[in-house]
Amino acid sequence: MSPDDRKYSKEHEWVKMEDGNQALAGITVYAQDQLGDIVYVDLPKTGATIRFMEKMGEVESVKAVSDLFSPITGEVTEVNERLLDHPELVNEDPLGEGWMMRVTVSDAAELDQLMSAEEYEAFLSGLS
Amino acid sequence: MTTSNLRTPLYTTHVSLGARIVPFGGWDMPVQYSGILGEVAAVRTATGLFDVSHMGRLYISGPRATEFLDWVLTGSVESLRVGRARYCMICNEKGGVIDDTIFYRLAEDRYLLIPNAGNRATVVAWFQRWLDDKFPIGCVIEDRTEATALLALQGPAAAEAMDRLCSEPPSSMRPFSWQENQLQGTPVLLGRTGYTGEDGFEIVADADQAASLWQTLTEHGAKPCGLGARDVLRLEAGLPLHGHEIDENTTPIEAGLERFVRFDKEYVGSDVLRSQHENGVARKLIGLKMPGRSAPRAEYAILNQGQPVGRVTSGSYSPTLDTSIAMGYVDASRAEAGTMLEVDIRGRTAQVEVTPLPFYTRPRR
Repeated sequence: MSPDDRKYSKEHEWVKMEDGNQALAGITVYAQDQLGDIVYVDLPKTGATIRFMEKMGEVESVKAVSDLFSPITGEVTEVNERLLDHPELVNEDPLGEGWMMRVTVSDAAELDQLMSAEEYEAFLSGLS
Repeated sequence: MTTSNLRTPLYTTHVSLGARIVPFGGWDMPVQYSGILGEVAAVRTATGLFDVSHMGRLYISGPRATEFLDWVLTGSVESLRVGRARYCMICNEKGGVIDDTIFYRLAEDRYLLIPNAGNRATVVAWFQRWLDDKFPIGCVIEDRTEATALLALQGPAAAEAMDRLCSEPPSSMRPFSWQENQLQGTPVLLGRTGYTGEDGFEIVADADQAASLWQTLTEHGAKPCGLGARDVLRLEAGLPLHGHEIDENTTPIEAGLERFVRFDKEYVGSDVLRSQHENGVARKLIGLKMPGRSAPRAEYAILNQGQPVGRVTSGSYSPTLDTSIAMGYVDASRAEAGTMLEVDIRGRTAQVEVTPLPFYTRPRR
């Protein structure tokens, strides 16, 4: 069920390489399901530097607050502004419309430390 | 996974509906089905159905039952008429809240009392201690929690649904009254009570009838709702949750619950409560509102110009009001409505305004 056009972290973020060194990042179907109804997403500003597996923001559901960890090192070039007014997009379409930010990747080799779709699915089945 | 948690008669129903199950008060309970926001909206606009069988059903009866309950409850028992119910506290000698409860007067000398799930054993032991001490004969407690189920049907359309389903239309029942009725042939005890700030009913039935009652009520439009929605609803309605707003180290006076405390009778804790009522308290429970959707959460520090003045007890985004709300204790000098304070939200200081409780009152029809 996880598409194989992107890589996945153990913290349930995804990163998808686009043209050049641009990448799109967000959280997985599993992550949004665990969180429940998301009401607030706190993301870094455009221009900020985010670092591999370090905290980059927070996501709040009705019941809980969770840290977001960056799946890649780089500079944020765009954040999904729609999530400010429509955080429910993360629940409805976490891999598409609910994307969180676009990043200029500074070290593509980090992607090798992330999981493939197949590995991530295996990782998930080990959690339940 | 092995667990020693209790399960309600509806546990398999919840699992088959895809509910997320969490441990709560010693029970495995559904925290949500389709999603908390949708479940809250159903209760505010139509009807929601909750399994609250984890809460206790204690039957207290005997010629000295009234006298006994008047000794352990903050509310007047003797003055409650048969057919009525009342909300009040069970306090320790220091006025601290052992539990909050609704009790129904079933007959002149018979009562049904509903303690919180996690406090049932404590309440039973506390009652038994006072029975042994002061009322060795003439009053007995029967715990029928596991032999019965308790459902809560809540929302503006609840009365209409119940009128269609019950042999005696219950829409004419007054708030905080109860009656025996038949719900599509199943004998039930109905209370016009709840914990959501909406109109509604709480329904006691035999445990083996729970699944068919659940099915009937959901087939008639009630949306299954979990404890997550219940917590948001009660917070919007400014209702305390034991373990958060009230506990053995807080008194009903500090919690702003004076209206459920009698000062003209002697009972466990009455001296302390009367003294606090007359002399005031050092800290008070307040409501807090914060613009936006990022919420103050339980245990976050409340500050006044950077100095700690209190602590959040519960907080959430309020979908009904589309703002963030919280309750907490602050120094009594900072408790006036309109006072601007701050909350430390994970290292970020946010402005909050002291707000009268409840945050939400249901519209009059």
